[in-house]
Amino acid sequence: MQEAKSLKDYRQEVGKALGNEFQRQAMDKFAVAYRASRQKAFAGMDVASLVDDVARSKDAALSEMDALLSEFKRRAAEAGVTVHEARTAAEANAIIARIARDNQVRSVIKSKSMTAEEILLNHHLEAEGLEVTETDLGEWIIQLRHEGPSHMVMPAIHLSRYQVADLFGDVTGHRQEADIERLVKVARRELRQKFVLADMGVSGANFAIADTGTIGLITNEGNARLVTTLPRIHVALVGLEKLVPTLKDALRILRILPRNATGQAISSYVTWITGTNECTVTADGRKQMHIVFLDNGRRALAADPVFAQVLRCVRCGACANVCPVYRMVGGHQYGHIYIGAIGLIITYFFHGRDKARNLVQNCINCGACKEVCAAGIDLPQLIKEVHARVQDTEGHPIKSLMLAKVLKSRKLFHTLLRSAKIAQKPVTGGTPYLRHLPQIFAKEHNFRALPAIAKTPFRDRWSRIAPQVSSPRCRVALFSGCVQDFVYPGQLEAAVKLMAAEHVAVEFPMEQSCCGLPVEMMAEKEAAEQVARQNVAAMDADCFDYIVTLCASCASHLKQAYPRILGKDPVWSARAVDFAAKVLPFSVFMHDVLDVPATAFRGSGTKVTYHAPCHLCRGLGVTEAPRELIRRSGAAFLPADEELTCCGFGGTYSSKFPEISAQILNKKLEDVSRTGADILVTECPGCVMQLRGGAHRRGDPIAVMHLAELLERNKKTIPG
Amino acid sequence: MEEPHALLTAFQTAAENVSAVVSRVHSMEAAICYAMELCETREACQLLVSGCESRLSDPAEKLCDHKQTKVLAAPLISEEDIILMGTLCAQNGVRLVRKGLRDHLAGIDMGFTIADFGIAETGTLVIDSSSEDVRLATMISEVHVAVLPSGRIRQTSYDLEEELRNRFGTAPNYYAFITGASRTADIERVLALGVHGPLELHILVLEED
Repeated sequence: MQEAKSLKDYRQEVGKALGNEFQRQAMDKFAVAYRASRQKAFAGMDVASLVDDVARSKDAALSEMDALLSEFKRRAAEAGVTVHEARTAAEANAIIARIARDNQVRSVIKSKSMTAEEILLNHHLEAEGLEVTETDLGEWIIQLRHEGPSHMVMPAIHLSRYQVADLFGDVTGHRQEADIERLVKVARRELRQKFVLADMGVSGANFAIADTGTIGLITNEGNARLVTTLPRIHVALVGLEKLVPTLKDALRILRILPRNATGQAISSYVTWITGTNECTVTADGRKQMHIVFLDNGRRALAADPVFAQVLRCVRCGACANVCPVYRMVGGHQYGHIYIGAIGLIITYFFHGRDKARNLVQNCINCGACKEVCAAGIDLPQLIKEVHARVQDTEGHPIKSLMLAKVLKSRKLFHTLLRSAKIAQKPVTGGTPYLRHLPQIFAKEHNFRALPAIAKTPFRDRWSRIAPQVSSPRCRVALFSGCVQDFVYPGQLEAAVKLMAAEHVAVEFPMEQSCCGLPVEMMAEKEAAEQVARQNVAAMDADCFDYIVTLCASCASHLKQAYPRILGKDPVWSARAVDFAAKVLPFSVFMHDVLDVPATAFRGSGTKVTYHAPCHLCRGLGVTEAPRELIRRSGAAFLPADEELTCCGFGGTYSSKFPEISAQILNKKLEDVSRTGADILVTECPGCVMQLRGGAHRRGDPIAVMHLAELLERNKKTIPG
Repeated sequence: MEEPHALLTAFQTAAENVSAVVSRVHSMEAAICYAMELCETREACQLLVSGCESRLSDPAEKLCDHKQTKVLAAPLISEEDIILMGTLCAQNGVRLVRKGLRDHLAGIDMGFTIADFGIAETGTLVIDSSSEDVRLATMISEVHVAVLPSGRIRQTSYDLEEELRNRFGTAPNYYAFITGASRTADIERVLALGVHGPLELHILVLEED
C-alpha cells in the first residue's frame, strides 16, 4: 500500500523495493512466464475483436448503469435478496456491519474481493469486534501479515515459501516446512474449521447480471463456493461497474479475463448465484442474502467523457504483469490498493489525489499495458490525464513550467541547446560523453554516460549536406526531433544519404521544433498543443508525400497524438489529420515504401542484435521492418530475449526515477550481451542514448547505433 | 456445429490439460464401479493427500478427529442406481450419504455427481448446484467424480447461453462451472491442487448406446 507523502519519500521507498532480491527474481520469472502462457491461452483466437466486443459491451452497460441497477434490484428482490446501495466506502462498511450486528454474527469469512480491499472492510469489521478471515490463500497470507495485496490476482506474489512457512508456523503453533504443497494443505485444513464456524460469508462479484438478478464469481481455489454456501448469511459487495445487462455480456468477459489474467482458458470455478438458495441451517431453509452495490465515485466516473473507460476494467491484473516498472518495484510501490497501470488511475478516483500524486508520475509510457488490456483501456494516456489533473489542481512544478515555457518558443529552446553546448565544454573533455555530470544531475544519474551536445546541430549542417536529386521517386520532409538534431546529427546524415541514393528528394523544414512529447509526459497540455501546432505549420502536408522521422517516440507522437491533441481546434484539427497520415518511421519508409533490396548492401556478416523501441513496436505496431532491414544489410541477425521490452529511457522518466530506469536498462543490456552480438541496433535516438550510455558505463564491448547508421555503414558504394 | 465425436475429443483434451482425469463409460453401472474402485485405492480420509503429516492448530486438528470412516457422498444418484452403489459401499466399508452433508464437514472422501452440461472448449462441467448437498459434495470432497452424458457436451459457453439464461430466470438457483481440480498458485506462483475443493476431478463421459 503506497502512502508516501512526497515524491522524495516515494523514491526512497522505491529504492528499498529495488533492493529486494527475492521480489526482483520472482518478478523477472513471472514477467517472462506470463507472456508465454498468455500467448498460448489465446492461440487461434481473434483477441483484438474480443477486446473490442468487451469494450463496447462495457461502455453500453456503463451508460445505462442506473437502469441496470433498478432492473437488477427488482429481479434480486423477487428472488428474496435484500439489495443495498452505498454511496461511499464508509456507508458500505456501515451497512455490512449492521447486517452482522442485526444477525448476531460473530465470525465472518471472506472470499477475495478487491472492492472489499478498496473500502478496507476487514479493518472496519474487526473494529466492530468481529473475527474476519480471508479464505483465498494469498489474501489469508497477507491478512496474517497485516499487508495489502501486491497484485490484484496474486496478492502474495512478493512473498517466498520461507516467509509463508514462518507465518504458518506462528498460526499453527508448530514448525512448518517450506514445502509449497504442504503449506497449501495446511491452509486447506486450518481454513476449513473457519468455514465451519462462520456465521456470515462476504464475497465480491465479477458480474451482476441485471436481467436475471444473478451474480457471477470467478475463482480458482473454490473458496468463494464455500463462503457462499456454509454460513447462514451471504453478503456480496459489488462495484456498480460490475452491472451487465445479460448473461451474454458476462460470458464474453469470462472468455478473456482468465486467459488474460493467468493464461488459463477458464478459472477452476465460476459460480452463478440467483436469489436466496438452500441453506439447511436456517429456520426457513433459505440463505439470507444481501447485495451491497458500491458507488464510491463510480457514477461520477461513468459520466466523465475522458475517464469513463476506466470502469471497463475487469480486474485481470494484466497491466501489472507486463509493466516494466511494476516488475522492478513490485505491487506495494505500484499502487495504493489497486495495483498496476489501472491502479495508478483509479487510486485518484477512489482514494484521492493525495494517494495518487506520486504514483501517476511513475509511468514510463512504454505502452505495454495498453497492448494487453482486456477492455482496450488507453491506460498510459489516462495516467497522463490524471497527472495533468493533479497538476492543474495543485499547481505545476517549476521544472515542468520551465520546460513548457521553453518549448513553446522554438527559438528560445534552440538557443538554450546551443548555449548548453558551450557550457558543457569543461565536462566533456573532448569525448562524445559528458564526463562529469552537470550539477543539476545527482549521482544516481551516473548509471549511463550522457552524450554531449554535438558541435554543429543538424539544422546548421543542412545547407551543406542537402542532396540534389533530379526526377525524384517521392518527396520527403525530414522531421529530426531534438535529440537527433542537437545530439546525434550523424544519424540524420546517414539517413539523408541513404534516401538520396534511392532518388528521394529530402527537405528539412527549418521551423520544426520538439515534437512535444516531453511536455505531454510532464502533463503540460497547453504547451503540448502549441508545439503540435508549430510543427504542423512547419510542414505543409500537401507539399510532401511522406514525413519521415528517425525517432520512434516522435513518430508515434506525431502520428497518433497530434490528431487527438489538436482534435478540438477548429482551424488545426483537419490539418493535423493530414499531417499525421503522412508520418512514417524511417524503417517503414525504407522497407515498405522504398523496398531497398539486399543487393544495395555488402554482406558484412557482422553480428547484430536489435532493441525494439516501445513507441515503434507497440505505439505504431512496427516490428518486422527494422529486423528485415538488418537482415538485408548483410548482417547476421541475432535476436535478443525480450526484444520488445522497454530499455528504461522513457524520456523525462529516466531523470525522474533514475534508479528504476537504471535497473530496467541493466536487464536489457544483459539480454543484449547474451546474444554475443557486436552491434546493437535500435530505431530511436532516446533508446540509443540510454543503451549506448549504459553499455559505455558497464564496459560492454558492443557498439550501439541507429538503424540508419548500420544501413549506411553496410551500403555498397556505387561507382559513378 | 461440430460432430459429436469431435466435441468429445475436444472436451477430453481441454479437461486433461487442467489435470482432470477423463474416462469413457457405457453405463451408469460402469460409472459407479469406477468410483468404487477409485475409492478403494485411497486411504481413509485421504490422510496422505490432504496433508495430515503437518501439525495444525488445536481447533483444526479437532475438526479432523471427527472423521474416521470413508465417506462417499452421492446427492444426485437416482433411486435405481442407489441400490448398486449402496451394495458396493457396504461391501467395501464405505459410508454412503445422500443428504445432510453438513454433518460431514470434516471431509468427504468422494463426491459423486452428474453434470448437466460440458463445455468442450475449456473442458468445463456445468452443474446445477442449487441443492446445498450438491455444492458440498463437489466442494468438500477430496476426490470428485462426475458423470457427464456425452450428448450434453457443447462447443463453447455461448452455446449454453440461452439454456442457462432460462434456468437463471427461475430463482433461486446456484450454478457451477467446474474446470479441473481446485487450484492455487498463490505461493511463488507454483501450482498446487486442492487448496479448498477437491484434489482430483474425474470425469466419466457416459456414452449410452
